[in-house]
Amino acid sequence: MSTATYNRLTPYVFLAPAVVIMALALLYPLGYMVYGSFRDWDPSQTLGESTFIGLKNYVTLWNDPNFRESVAVTLKFAISVVTVEMFIGVGLALLLDRKLRGMSLLRTLFILPMMIAPVVVGLIWRYMYHPTVGVFNKSLKSMGFESVDWLGQHALLSVIIADIWQWTPFIFILSLAALQSLPRSALEAARIDGATGWQQIIHIKLPLMMPVLIVTGLLRLIDAFKVLEVILVMTEGGPGLSTEILALRISRTATEFRELGVAAAMSNYLLMMLLLLTIVMLAYNRIQEYRAARAVRMIEEDV
Amino acid sequence: MSASTDKQSAQHPAFYAIIVMLIIMSVGPIALMLINSFKLDVDIISGTSGLLFMPTIQNYETALCDVLPYELDHLDFCSLKFGGAFINSLIIALVSTILTLIIGCMAAYALVRFRFMGRDTVSGSTLMVRMVPPAVLLVPVFGLWNNEFCIDKTSWLGAWIREEFGGRGDVCLAGTHSGIILIYIAMNLPFVIWILQSFIVQVPRQLEEAARMDGAGPFQVFFKVVLPLIKPGLAAAAIFTFRIAWNEYLLASALSDRDTKTVPILIVNNMSEFNVEWGVIMATGMLLAIPPIIFTLFASRQIITGMTAGAVKG
Repeated sequence: MSTATYNRLTPYVFLAPAVVIMALALLYPLGYMVYGSFRDWDPSQTLGESTFIGLKNYVTLWNDPNFRESVAVTLKFAISVVTVEMFIGVGLALLLDRKLRGMSLLRTLFILPMMIAPVVVGLIWRYMYHPTVGVFNKSLKSMGFESVDWLGQHALLSVIIADIWQWTPFIFILSLAALQSLPRSALEAARIDGATGWQQIIHIKLPLMMPVLIVTGLLRLIDAFKVLEVILVMTEGGPGLSTEILALRISRTATEFRELGVAAAMSNYLLMMLLLLTIVMLAYNRIQEYRAARAVRMIEEDV
Repeated sequence: MSASTDKQSAQHPAFYAIIVMLIIMSVGPIALMLINSFKLDVDIISGTSGLLFMPTIQNYETALCDVLPYELDHLDFCSLKFGGAFINSLIIALVSTILTLIIGCMAAYALVRFRFMGRDTVSGSTLMVRMVPPAVLLVPVFGLWNNEFCIDKTSWLGAWIREEFGGRGDVCLAGTHSGIILIYIAMNLPFVIWILQSFIVQVPRQLEEAARMDGAGPFQVFFKVVLPLIKPGLAAAAIFTFRIAWNEYLLASALSDRDTKTVPILIVNNMSEFNVEWGVIMATGMLLAIPPIIFTLFASRQIITGMTAGAVKG
C-alpha cells in the first residue's frame, strides 16, 4: 500500500516546485500589477498604504500626448522592423535553399547577433553610429560624402537598422527550416510540369510555407514589443521622445518619475496589446490544425 | 536552373559571394568590437583604421582592476569594479540555469508520464509567458521583492540573518542574488518545460518499465534512465536559460544593490556617462559577449533546434 501511495504522489512531488515558483514569481506579480494600476502608488509606500483611485491612471494615460507618442513610436518600430525582416529573411532563405558548402557555418555565424547581450548590441551600434568616431561616418567622409547625424535626426531609423541586423537571421533560419521540410513530391511535380523558378516560389513554396511564416512573423512582432535594452543603450529614448518605445517609458515612469501606479497601468496597456496578438496567433494555429484534420478526413473518406 | 540544383558541386560563384558578404555583415560589427577592445582610446578616436595598431590588453586590465592580483601603472584609482560584477553575473546565471533545469525536468517528466495536462495546455502557457515583457514585470517585482517577500527581522530566522550578515531593516529578497535568481527561474521555466517535454516523449516507455521491474523507484528511474537519454534537450534548454540570465538588464537593475550588480548594469551605467571611454567599454562588452559566443560556436545545432522548435510548432 505504501508504494501505491508513493507512486500516486510522485507526479505532485515532481510538479510542486515548478508550480510554486511560477505562482509566486510570475502569476502573483502580474495580479499585483493589475491591482496596483488602480492605485496612486509611489515607491516609498507599500501597496497597502496607497489610495484607491479607480481608473484614474488609465484615463490620465489615455489623454497623455506623450504616452500616445510612445505608443505610436512602438507601433512604428515593431511593424517596420517585422516587415523588413520578413522580406529580407524569407528572400535570403529562398535564395540560399540549395546545397551549398559552408551553409552550416553561415547559420552558426548568423545566430551570433541574437545570442550576445542586447546591451552589447546597443553598445556596438552606438559606437558605429558615433558622429565622429563611428565607422559609418568615417567611411562616408573618406568617400567624400557629408556625415549623417545617425542617432540625432534619424534616431528611429538607426534603431530599426540595428534591430534588423540582430533579428533577420531568426526569420532566415526559421524559413529555411520550413523550406527544407516542404514535401519533395510537390516540388518534383512542379519541376516536371516545367514550372520556372519564380513560378515554383510563388505558387508552391510560399503558400506551403505560409503557416510557419505567419507564426514566425507574429512571434517576432511580440518580441519587437519587448525590445528595450538595445534602444536604451543607443539613444536612451531620445532625442526628445523619438525612440521612446513603451517598454522604455514604463521603466522610466517607474524609476525616474516614481509613479508606480501609472507605470503599472501602462504595463497593463502593453500587456493587453500583446495578449491580443497572442490570441490571434493561437486562433490561427487552431484554424490551421482544424483545416489539416479536415483535409485528412476527406482524403480518408475518398479512399 | 533546375539542372544545377541537382548537382551538389557546381554552384554559381555568385552564391558564394553572397554568403561571404552576409558573413561579413553579420560578424563584422562584433569583430569591430573585438579589434577596438585591443586599441587605446587614442587609436580609436584618431582613426587609424584597419589593423595598423599596437594591440594592448590595457583596456581589459582597467576593466578587471578590482580582481587583478597586481597593481596597474596606468591607473591611480580602480573605479570600475567589473571583476566583482563578473562574479555576480556568473553566480546568478549558473545557479538559475541549474535550478531551472532540475525543476523544469521534473515537471516535464510528470506532465508526460503521468498524463497530467495535455501538451496544448503547456504550450499555450509557454506562449503566454513568452508574451510578457520584462518591462511589465518591473513594477510588481520591484514592489513585491522590496516589501512583501521579506522575513520580519524580529522572527528568529530574520534575526539570525541580520546577526550573521549585518545590515538593517527586514530581510528582503531585493538586493540579494537569490531575488534575481528567483525571477529568472520563473521567466525561463515554461520554455524549459515545454522543450524538455518534446524530448521526454521520445524516451521509450519499456526502458523505464524494465528499470522499475529491477526494483528502481520513480526517482531512480528518472535520474538513471530518463536524464541520460535527453541530454541534447537539456543542452538546448541550458543554453537558452543561461543566455537570458546572463544577458538580462532591466530586472537585475531593479533588484540589485551595490554588491549584487551584474555586468550589463555596469555597462549601461558607464555608457550614460558623458565621456565614454570606448576602449574600456568595448573590452567589457567583449567579456560579456564571450560566453554566448563560445556556446554558439560549439552548440549551434542545439540552439537552432531550440529556436525552430520554439516557433515552428508554437
